[in-house]
Amino acid sequence: MASLPPYLSASERVWHYVFRIICGLTFFFLIFPLVVVVPLSFNAVPFFTFTKEMLAFDPAGYSLKWYEDFFTNLNWQGAVRNSFIIGFFATLLSTTLGTLAALGLSRPNLPAKTLLMSILISPMIVPLIISAAGMFFFYSRIGLQGTHIGVILAHAALGTPFVVITVTATLVGFDNNLIRAAASLGASPTTTFFKVIMPLILPGVISGALFAFITSFDEVVVVLFVGSFKQRTIPWQMFSGIREHISPTILAVATILVLFSIALLFSVELLRRRSERLRGIQQT
Amino acid sequence: MANTVQQSEELFTADGTPLQVSLARVHRRQKLRALLLVAPLFIFIFITFVLPIGDMLFRSVENAIVANILPRSTKLLANWDPSFGELPSEKVFAALLKDLKESHKNRTITRVGQRLNYESPGMSSLFRSSGRKVKRIKEPPYTEALIKANKGWGQIETWMLIKHFSPAYTDGYFFAAVDAKRLVSGEIIRVEENQRIYLALFVRTLRLSFIITVTTLLLGFPIAYLMAILPTKISNLLLIFVLLPFWTSLLVRTTAWIVLLQQQGVINEFLIMVGMVNTENRPEMIHNEFGTIVAMTHILLPFMVLPLFSVMKTIPKSYVRAAVSLGAHPWLAFWKIYFPNTVPGIGAGAILVFIIAIGYYITPELVGGTTGTFISNRIAYHISSSLNWGLGAALGVILLGVVTVLYLLYDKIVGIDNMKLS
Repeated sequence: MASLPPYLSASERVWHYVFRIICGLTFFFLIFPLVVVVPLSFNAVPFFTFTKEMLAFDPAGYSLKWYEDFFTNLNWQGAVRNSFIIGFFATLLSTTLGTLAALGLSRPNLPAKTLLMSILISPMIVPLIISAAGMFFFYSRIGLQGTHIGVILAHAALGTPFVVITVTATLVGFDNNLIRAAASLGASPTTTFFKVIMPLILPGVISGALFAFITSFDEVVVVLFVGSFKQRTIPWQMFSGIREHISPTILAVATILVLFSIALLFSVELLRRRSERLRGIQQT
Repeated sequence: MANTVQQSEELFTADGTPLQVSLARVHRRQKLRALLLVAPLFIFIFITFVLPIGDMLFRSVENAIVANILPRSTKLLANWDPSFGELPSEKVFAALLKDLKESHKNRTITRVGQRLNYESPGMSSLFRSSGRKVKRIKEPPYTEALIKANKGWGQIETWMLIKHFSPAYTDGYFFAAVDAKRLVSGEIIRVEENQRIYLALFVRTLRLSFIITVTTLLLGFPIAYLMAILPTKISNLLLIFVLLPFWTSLLVRTTAWIVLLQQQGVINEFLIMVGMVNTENRPEMIHNEFGTIVAMTHILLPFMVLPLFSVMKTIPKSYVRAAVSLGAHPWLAFWKIYFPNTVPGIGAGAILVFIIAIGYYITPELVGGTTGTFISNRIAYHISSSLNWGLGAALGVILLGVVTVLYLLYDKIVGIDNMKLS
C-alpha cells in the first residue's frame, strides 16, 4: 500500500490504521463463514465443530465420508439431477423470453414502457414467500403443483427480471444504425438479429442467463411450496436436512457450492469485461 | 393557423400518400413490433406470476366455502332476522339437515367446521359430531332432533355465525390479520390479549428489518468507502470479498452461521477454549433474535455495499482535497462534503436491504427460533401447517402492500432503470 502523505497529523495516522482494521474485520466477517465450512466438511465425526484431532492436524480427524455420502446417497443425487434439470429449462425459458422483451423494451417507441417494465420486473420485487404462496394457490388449481413443469415455470418467472435487466443494460448505447446498415445491405430482420444484434449483446444474454440459472439453482421457498419430494432440488434437500437430521453432508454440499459460486463469479466478471470491451469498440 | 399552413404545403411520398399519413403508419408499425417483442414475456409473466398473486388477493377475501357446503340453509338464512332473538324456523332446520347429510357423505363437513372454527372456537367439533349423528335423524320435527344431536344448534349465536359467514366474500381474514374481529353484531373489537400475535409480529418484522438495515449500513459504509478511495486494482480484489458471499447459495451461508453460532458451534467452542465462558453457561447465539440479525446482516451486506460503492466511485476525490486545502479539518470535510454526496447510495442500499429483509423467510425459519421469526414465517405456517389459507393470504396481502410502498419509494429515489446487478 502507498505510504502515507507526510503532512498527516499523528491522530490522522492512527485513524488511517484503525479504519483499515475496522474494514479488515468487516471483510473477515463477510468471508469467514464461507471459509469455516470447508475444513469442517472433512470432519471424521458427525459434529459441526472442530475436534481435537482436527486442530492437531491428525489425519484420523479428517475423512471424506460426507463427500462419499453426497455422491452415493440417492436423495442427494436426485436433488442434484433435479436442480440441473429445473435450472436448465427455467434458464432456457427465461433467457429466450427475457431477451426478446429486452429488445422490445429498448426500442424508443414502445408505449406504456414504465408500466410494462414494472410488471416484468415485479417477480424480483415481490417477497419470495408471497410469490410462493400465490403460486401454490394458483398452481394447485390448475394441477401444476408438485410437477416439474410447475417448478420450471415458477423459476423461469423469477429469473426473467434478471435477464431483462442485464440485456437492457447491454443494449444501452447500442447503435441502431447497425440495424439500418444491415437492412440497407439486404439482410432480413432474422439475419440481422443473428448476425448483427446477437453477437453484440451475447455477453449480456449469457450473464443474464447465468443470473437466471443461479436464481433457480439457489431458490428454495418456491420449490418448497410449488414442488414436492419428487421435485427436490439441492437447496430443498439442504433446507429439510438442516431442519430434520443435520449431518455434515450438508457441509460437504456447502463446500462444493462455494467452489461452484467462485466459478460463476469469475465467469460473470469475464463476461462483463468482454461486454464492455465489445461495446467500447462499437462506440468509437 | 398552423393547420392551414401545413395543408397548403403538404408533402407526399413517392407513392402519393401524404407524408404525415405515411409517417404515422410507420410509427404505428414500429410500436406494434416493439409490443410484439415484449408480448411473449408479458403473457408468460401474467400467467405464471401475476395471476398467482391475484389468486392470493382473491383468497384473502374469498369465503365461498360456507355457502358452497351448506347451500340450502344459507339461502334460507338470508331471510332470517336474528334481532327478534328467535331460532330460525323448522324449514331452515330441515334444510340444514339435508346440507349436513350431504356434506357428511361428500366428506366436506369438516372443512366448513374448520372454516367457522377460525371465527368461533367449538364450531369444528359441533360440525364433526353432528355429521356423525344426522344420519339417524329420519323424521320431523327436525328442530328438536338437531338440538338433541348437539345443543349447539339451539344457540342463536351458532346460526348468527353461519348467517354472518354465508356471503361469498369476507373481510374477516383481514381483521384477523390485525388481531381484530368483527362480531356477528357488526361491532369490531380486538381479540383477547393472549391471542394478539399478528400486530406484534408485524412490529417485530419491521423492527428487526430496521436493525438489520442499520447494521448493514454501519458495516457497509466503511468498506465501500475504503474500496472507493483505494486504487482500482486493490478495490477490485476487495470486491471479490463482497461478491463471493453474494453469489454463494443462501442456504450455504445460513448453514455456515448455524455452524458458527450454535451451542456446540465453532464460536462457543472457541470462547470456551480461550476461557472466556465456561461450559455450563454457553451464550445462546442462535434460534433467537440475535441469530436472525447476525445471519441476515451477513446475507444482506452485499446489497448495501454494492450501491454505496457504485455511488462513492463517482465522487471526485478533489472535492474533499479542495475542502481540506481551504482549511477544513479532514473530519469536517468528510462530513460536509463527502457524506452528503453518498446519500443517494445510502438511500438506495437502505431501502433495498429493508425491502428484502421484511419479506425474508428461509434464514429466520432456520436460525430464528421463536423470537427471531418474521411475518413471512407465519404466512408459511398458515399455508403449509394450519391450512388457514385465507388468513395466510391476508397477511401476505398486507406484507405485499408494505413492500409495494417501499418499492415505489425506491423507484422514486433510484429509478428502477438504474438497478445494477454486478
